[in-house]
Amino acid sequence: MSTDSVRRALETPAERQPYAELGMKDDEYQRVRDILGRRPTSSELAIYSVMWSEHCSYKSSKVHLRQFGTKAPKSEALLVGMGENAGVVDIGDGWAATFKIESHNHPSYVEPHQGAATGVGGIVRDIMSMGARPVAVMDSLRFGGADQPDTRRVLPGVVEGISHYGNCLGLPNIGGEVAFDPCYIGNPLVNALCVGLLRKDQIKLATAPGPGNKVVLFGARTGADGIGGASVLASATFEDESQAKRPAVQVGDPFMEKLLIECCLELYQADVVVGIQDLGAAGVSCATTELAAKGTGGMEVNLNLVPLRDPTLLPEEILMSESQERMMAVVTPDDIPAFMAICDKWDVPATVIGEVTDTGRLVMTWDGDVIVDIPPGTAADEGPVYERPFHEPAGQAALNADGPERLPRPEDLRETLLTLLGSPNVGSKEWVTSQYDRYVRGNTVLAQPADSGMLRISEVMPGAQETTRGIALATDGNGRYAKLDPYTGAQLALAEAYRNVAVTGAKPLAVTNCLNFGSPEDPEVMWQFSEAVRGLADACRTLGVPVTGGNVSFYNQTGSTAINPTPVVGVLGVIDDVAQRVRSGFTAPGLRVLLLGETREEFGGSEWAHVAHGHLGGLPPQADLEAERSLAAVLTEAAARGLLEGSHDLSDGGLAVALAESCLAQGVGCAVTLPGEDAFVELFSESAARALVCVRPEAFDAFADLCVRHDVPCSGLGLTGGSALTVEGVLDVPVEELREVHSSALPRVFG
Amino acid sequence: MSAARVGVVTFPGTLDDQDAARAVRLAGAEAVPLWHADHDLKGVDAVFLPGGFSYGDYLRCGAISRFSPLMTELIPAAQAGLPVLGTCNGFQILCEAHLLPGALTRNEGLHYICRDQRIRVESTRTAWTADFTDGQEIVLPIKHGEGRYVADADTLAALEGEGRVVFRYAGGNPNGSLNDIAGITNEAGNIVGLMPHPEHAVEELTGAPSVDGRHFFTSILKRLVNA
Repeated sequence: MSTDSVRRALETPAERQPYAELGMKDDEYQRVRDILGRRPTSSELAIYSVMWSEHCSYKSSKVHLRQFGTKAPKSEALLVGMGENAGVVDIGDGWAATFKIESHNHPSYVEPHQGAATGVGGIVRDIMSMGARPVAVMDSLRFGGADQPDTRRVLPGVVEGISHYGNCLGLPNIGGEVAFDPCYIGNPLVNALCVGLLRKDQIKLATAPGPGNKVVLFGARTGADGIGGASVLASATFEDESQAKRPAVQVGDPFMEKLLIECCLELYQADVVVGIQDLGAAGVSCATTELAAKGTGGMEVNLNLVPLRDPTLLPEEILMSESQERMMAVVTPDDIPAFMAICDKWDVPATVIGEVTDTGRLVMTWDGDVIVDIPPGTAADEGPVYERPFHEPAGQAALNADGPERLPRPEDLRETLLTLLGSPNVGSKEWVTSQYDRYVRGNTVLAQPADSGMLRISEVMPGAQETTRGIALATDGNGRYAKLDPYTGAQLALAEAYRNVAVTGAKPLAVTNCLNFGSPEDPEVMWQFSEAVRGLADACRTLGVPVTGGNVSFYNQTGSTAINPTPVVGVLGVIDDVAQRVRSGFTAPGLRVLLLGETREEFGGSEWAHVAHGHLGGLPPQADLEAERSLAAVLTEAAARGLLEGSHDLSDGGLAVALAESCLAQGVGCAVTLPGEDAFVELFSESAARALVCVRPEAFDAFADLCVRHDVPCSGLGLTGGSALTVEGVLDVPVEELREVHSSALPRVFG
Repeated sequence: MSAARVGVVTFPGTLDDQDAARAVRLAGAEAVPLWHADHDLKGVDAVFLPGGFSYGDYLRCGAISRFSPLMTELIPAAQAGLPVLGTCNGFQILCEAHLLPGALTRNEGLHYICRDQRIRVESTRTAWTADFTDGQEIVLPIKHGEGRYVADADTLAALEGEGRVVFRYAGGNPNGSLNDIAGITNEAGNIVGLMPHPEHAVEELTGAPSVDGRHFFTSILKRLVNA
């Protein structure tokens, strides 16, 4: 068949087009015809189908996500908000940080290794395209039950993919999560976060201004990988033919990405880039339409000039290819020689494929024929927007009524602690994290299993100021809480990440999120989504931390069964003097152990109900955001004043697990007495807004004053020391036994 | 007196060069960047080949790097006595270049492993280890997927017999290396290769929970100053 040119489209207006196979609805296709005043060419159809896919257009989520803007708290720190490749935050002393979390769920189920690897690669390029040097990654991972056979296929592959790609890139992996629940068995969640640093006066944006400027495609050659990945993989629900989808997963080359990083940084330093965009989902289609839409509006591209790995590719395939490790830059004609010389130095292929124009049209040619001629904004920004119907799930009231009160309470709390500590969700994640390089670049101050990852800022950038500051990052999410109450569940995810940043001594500044849900076409799922977004937006306002960007992943369901709604929230914080960071747990003997915050009887969605009874019902813990805010204020001020010797947040498994993990951190035991009557509630309730700290006895008064000033309850529990975790009159476990149980949780399953 | 100058080599895919340069500077020396494509050692007094995945580790770790322009200068200089330290991928390159015997193969457990590892210093008679004491136990991070040291029986016997095993893993062999070997030296003692990372153990605040890596750099500095 000859090339489907614009001329041919005009001559054959009635030709049937496979828009439905490309995931487009009838009315969407009709809209394209209305926009163009003719039928689209097959290349134009390729562009619109990927750009208007759920994955790229956020057509189902947009109306809800607006709340992140309308409810956003005032923040002087926010330099670039939502809508760019990643948000940028002012962290002081002339420095800025850019960070974002993104899902690669579906590809990671189909091909765990490559799916997870390219997830890392994609988010790293987002960060690079802001003008930053990527400095660390984190991963938030959720799998089916640890003992389910397919988890043994998916988890090792995912971890190996992240390990291989991230380690080869030379980016430390400083934290994240690993969680298990049978609801993720057919839909694992692989959410990758990257953070980068830049001078705040050197932010780059995805824009193509200046007619006559050149459009350069650089990085890897374009191949057949991931063709249709954006629409086929991310927008269609899995049935059982995922084998047939294998070719749609992209294959990554971390070595090329490492060269791209160094090459881009040198290009930025030489100031030869006007605008830049990474090629991710929807590849050349996305990069050209978005760059053109944000620039003067016009661009001409000769698709024959795109360097190919597979010379048989058709223009439609070139437009849709999701080959990894590619970037697109807009460069003035004068700077082209310097640009090319830098690419050459790093052995990065670079090709001028087009030019910026002022025509307001994106025009592409193939073998001399015009095959694309569209107003780029219609593909990039003016996709369909859906007000999807939503309603509370039929079983929600019954689920909430089935509270944990009816569950039998344990007699033996020692046994309960050990059972929790050895369960896959609470047990040590070292089996996973020891496969990640956490040291490279030499700036890692804290990494797993610390509450948040922390980096000092000592990047070498010409003109940058030296600084004592550091950044901290944590991600959290809890699908069980969100299932019980998506509004509160999303708030609790934010609260935990916020708290995790604060316990290390950093002040929480900004938020990124990855919203993992089932099908938006299911009104019950859509209700979960709308509640979660509303909860998160409200909580961000109360806590004073704006959302800077993120990602929505729908269609995480197999058949009609959706995953638990799982909003994953990442929080970035800043610590003024990174040397004041607070280490995790009990760092020395002879310190006073203090519990901060209020403990209520809250077991809905708890780890205890899950592990001991396989129960999920009732309501999640309260999200008391004012209390979170006060707690964070105490923790950050205490850290800055050097009052804290160690800290740990309370979350899954409550005080009992926090005490055990604090003992394990440095092998220092403790002897504590519970303040309340009911030892079970004191030890295992999961009330939020709580933390455990240890202070030198002489610092206690100053610290207690601080708590009074911020109205944060502070209970003295006892002292660190010895080689056992002793809760007077309740339980006594040698630290070695804790370690044995804790460290064997994953090896027992994964070898 | 001008500071000693230690070259830090960057290949495409080198990752720990920033850390290596920092460790050199913290010890009081000047870190001189050396680029793989240059036939130029810039007159440095010693060379540090840091870790990473040079040339993507395609073919075999270090196999392509040994043919780079810089290596064609470095190989004869090292044979003539220039002190050279190779860590991780740097060790792999030294083996591929036949500056050190043996080879590094896939870890026994087949997984990449990153952990703080106890290591015993077996020889202080090299350019890079004089500041340790014989038999001293130190902690350095390891982070590699292909760190299992192998060599034929004669080579192993020679290394052991001549006291050229410089470091051995203690408290558990992480990768299946023969004789628990973590690092070795050449006959002259100027070239040392090891899988662990001294450059990640030089500061209290960052990296491994130890500063044992500092002694590598103080060792070489004293030697250069006294030379």
